[in-house]
Amino acid sequence: MFTLIQKRRWYFMISAVLLVLSLGTLGYSWITRGSPLILSIDFTGGSLLELAFDEPVVPERARGILEGAGFPEATVQTVAEGRQIVVRARQMEMTEKESLTEALEAAWGESTELRFESVGPVVGRETTRAAIMAILASSVAILAFIAFAFRRVPNAIRYGVCAITKMFHDVIILLGISSFLGLIFHWEIDALFLTALVTVVGFSIQDVIVVFDRIRENSTKRRNEPYETLVNRSLLETLHRSLATELNAMFVMIAIIFFGGVTIRHFMTIMLLGMLTGTYSSLFFAVPLLVVWQQREWGRIFSPRQAAAAT
Amino acid sequence: MRQQDGRLLILIVIIAAFSAWVSWPNNPGINVRIGEFLVERNIDVQLGLDLQGGMQVLLEADVPEDEEVDPAAMEAVRGIIENRVDGLGVAEPVVQAVGARRVVVEMPGIQDPERAIETLKETGLLEFIDTGTVALPAGTVVQTTMGGPALGQEPPDSDAVYRTVLTGRNLRGAAVNFDPGTGAPSIAFEFDSEGGAIFGAHTAANVGRYMSIVLDKVIISSPQITTAIPEGRGQISGNFGLEEARSIVLQLRYGALPIPLRVLDTRAVGPTLGAESVEKSTRAGFIGLIVVLTFMLVYYRLPGLLACIALIIYALITLATYKLIPVTLTLPGIAGFLLSVGMAVDANILIFERMREELRQGRTLQRSVEYGFRRAWSSILDSNISVWITCVILWWFGNSFGASMVKGFAVTLALGVATSMFTAITVTRTFVHIAFDLAGDRLRERRWLLGI
Repeated sequence: MFTLIQKRRWYFMISAVLLVLSLGTLGYSWITRGSPLILSIDFTGGSLLELAFDEPVVPERARGILEGAGFPEATVQTVAEGRQIVVRARQMEMTEKESLTEALEAAWGESTELRFESVGPVVGRETTRAAIMAILASSVAILAFIAFAFRRVPNAIRYGVCAITKMFHDVIILLGISSFLGLIFHWEIDALFLTALVTVVGFSIQDVIVVFDRIRENSTKRRNEPYETLVNRSLLETLHRSLATELNAMFVMIAIIFFGGVTIRHFMTIMLLGMLTGTYSSLFFAVPLLVVWQQREWGRIFSPRQAAAAT
Repeated sequence: MRQQDGRLLILIVIIAAFSAWVSWPNNPGINVRIGEFLVERNIDVQLGLDLQGGMQVLLEADVPEDEEVDPAAMEAVRGIIENRVDGLGVAEPVVQAVGARRVVVEMPGIQDPERAIETLKETGLLEFIDTGTVALPAGTVVQTTMGGPALGQEPPDSDAVYRTVLTGRNLRGAAVNFDPGTGAPSIAFEFDSEGGAIFGAHTAANVGRYMSIVLDKVIISSPQITTAIPEGRGQISGNFGLEEARSIVLQLRYGALPIPLRVLDTRAVGPTLGAESVEKSTRAGFIGLIVVLTFMLVYYRLPGLLACIALIIYALITLATYKLIPVTLTLPGIAGFLLSVGMAVDANILIFERMREELRQGRTLQRSVEYGFRRAWSSILDSNISVWITCVILWWFGNSFGASMVKGFAVTLALGVATSMFTAITVTRTFVHIAFDLAGDRLRERRWLLGI
């Protein structure tokens, strides 16, 4: 039989590295940018103006124009080989937007307005509050769901705690990735990001439950088998399903990322990354963690002797 | 073929055919007459603002936070805004009160957002015009010496240009009065000193003629001047009810909007970006679907093929549901739909993996199929319930204005998962039963068809 679970010390090392990198990125962003993640105007309030020009825009000059128009704090981002610009600034009135567009058009000719959003601080605060409530509600829902799924299992608390630890593991890594994308590409945390987060965390709990379910089933069928072998067997038996499901979801998401509209590209990318980390950590973090707990080897998680002894 | 499977197959074919008909582009709509009962509906996919381009504006009563807003006045505001948006020539606008002090306005395909916002916020022009010897019925659109109706507003009913005597600028107040004798409501109003002088002179010279009250070039009321009114105070009595009198007073008092409004939030998507999004996401959807279908076919062979047919039926049913409910499709909504395809496939994967395992352990074909479906059922139900819970939370989150695009995602995902319970389980099972019954022994010799 293929041995997966016996190599768990490697998985824990990978997880540890990912976690440290994530926390490090978040911390670095916090120190250099004043915030671990870049929040979008959905939460902070402000405005976003996206214009398409016929010729490439020079970002530095655009910044100068913005400053002249009374938006010194505005950021300019160019996309589509510089022919499109995304301006982020404080909330602006329609008239302010019009004169700003005119000033930019004076420099690079006629433009097409692709998108304009202006969010007041009141709406931003409300969205933030709703977002916090949504996070709390989904955490409670997931806990309740786990408690329900394992209601008749001996040592249910272990399954539950492993699933929850895995959830934190995923969320930290996903936030780390987002922080990294924010530092490099100026990706923002918006309402859709939160949606992706809540959705994938919910999805990836499924993977854990499917494997845990199988462990539960096998442990009644094969009472004499050592726990480690039993878990390994369960993992292998469900691996097909996990990978097939993962692949299908990936096909759809990659299709959207590459061929779909720009507007949901970030949303889908976060979803895809979340899906990947989620599935990985279900199989290679939550399950090994369960084995460690069952065999009481807390002090020896990373030690090679354990792995050697087990094989 | 078992009798139950036969019945289910007929049902599935009927549902699939109906869904295909509804989903068909350029569907003529439902037109059914059963005796007295007439159903008439055209079915189109409703595209959200992000897909067809347009603007969404959130307006709030501009009064101090702690001040109560009169619901009736707010309703009047909503009505007035609705008229104005109609006047802008927007097709299928949405004007909705949100909570006690807010109104959301959605204007699909609007060309000139700046002017639209100005029109929404403006307090409206109130005029007192000289209409000579005619009483114009309320609702008539006129031209005055101060101009004609705004561009996009309904054209005037006649070429006559009426002289504006006074505007709302000179009006000091208005109230509903009751005739002490009959109890009939009338409207009392008062001008400031400048307005009073003009009004006094005009009424003295025009007794017996009509002086109409006009709001945004639309006649509100056309009272006759019965006597000269020197002090700038007047009364309009007429054949109107209390409600009508109240609404005229509101309009006199506040110009058009009984409550001043401020813009809290604006979101506009240009038509180019919208059209591009529709095209791209449709293409992405097709590509994703085809890859998933290919995968299922290659990986699971015969059962995979059956799952593919079920998946196509699934797509048809879902599209038909969107058209019938109707669900407004947004970009995140399309993403939700595509993800639900993933969920639908997941159910089949769980079942087929289970089937293969049972087959490998030497169970008969029939029993493996039964076990596959029965054992996978609880996992499928569990995961679908958890998705629904997530959707409920996200839907609630989407209720807050700033996150409204989340709602589309939650709705399509939840609907998709519900539909997949039918197609991935009932439909696939029926297909598998029938196909295996028909193929019978031949399958035992060609096990590659089962992907083992």
